[in-house]
Amino acid sequence: MHPVVAYVAAAVLFGIGAYGVTARRNAVLVLMAVELMLNAVNVVLVTADLTVSRDLRTGGAFALFVIVLAAAEIGVALAVVLQLYRTRQTVAVDEVDTEPADEAAPDRVPAEVAR
Amino acid sequence: MTVLDVLLGALGLVAAGAGLMVVTTRHVVRAGLWLVVSLGAIAGMYLALAAEMVAWVQVLIYVGAVVVLLLFAVMLTRAPIGPSDDLDRVRWPAVLVGLGAGGSLVALLVRAFRDTYVDATRVDMAGPELMGQMLFSRWVLPFEVLSVLLLAALIGAIVMSRRTPGGEG
Repeated sequence: MHPVVAYVAAAVLFGIGAYGVTARRNAVLVLMAVELMLNAVNVVLVTADLTVSRDLRTGGAFALFVIVLAAAEIGVALAVVLQLYRTRQTVAVDEVDTEPADEAAPDRVPAEVAR
Repeated sequence: MTVLDVLLGALGLVAAGAGLMVVTTRHVVRAGLWLVVSLGAIAGMYLALAAEMVAWVQVLIYVGAVVVLLLFAVMLTRAPIGPSDDLDRVRWPAVLVGLGAGGSLVALLVRAFRDTYVDATRVDMAGPELMGQMLFSRWVLPFEVLSVLLLAALIGAIVMSRRTPGGEG
């Protein structure tokens, strides 16, 4: 087996994820692109397991840790995105204003009424 | 070229193609569904790379939980069902970043591992038993630290999603 095949696939996936993080406006789509980048890192870790440290399985253990970290990250990030949508009525990352939430309170009232 | 190389190449192509659809499609929901295809192909790559445990955890946690969470978020933010044209910013800086990161990584890894060959028949499949022994002997401290981190993330997510941040909720 030539590990370079898996390495190249991982590098291409990382590039695609980097493109997605930079290009997308919707925060949920940005998170999906981040998942692609994390998976590319995992593929590199698992492949390095075979090429560098064949007996210890360090890469596999690290890949499992990265998956757990990704699960924690996605939970917190989605809470942030939902809170953002609730207070600002948008999930577009380039439309988020930096003024405090109190001044954006008029935006929040219709949502509370609608609910 | 061995059978394993061809298999890895094909799965990598599927993963990269589906990933490209994730970052270019104009349907928000379809991006989540293409992500399932991409993550599934990556799970197949893990199996071909003799990491069975990682592959099943990938299917369980990523395809089973993370994608479902993402689709929930898509619905809760009332994303449009049909195609929408305002999902992307100006593309050329992103293309530059993506090509720069991906291209330089490809060049680096090809240069480093061009001639490396691994006899895959001599590698044990890392199933649950082998991975469990590794996790609970050598990596037991990071494993426990991760459980604390998961608890912190859980509490953080709950606090974040209360209706009035900082208030009685």
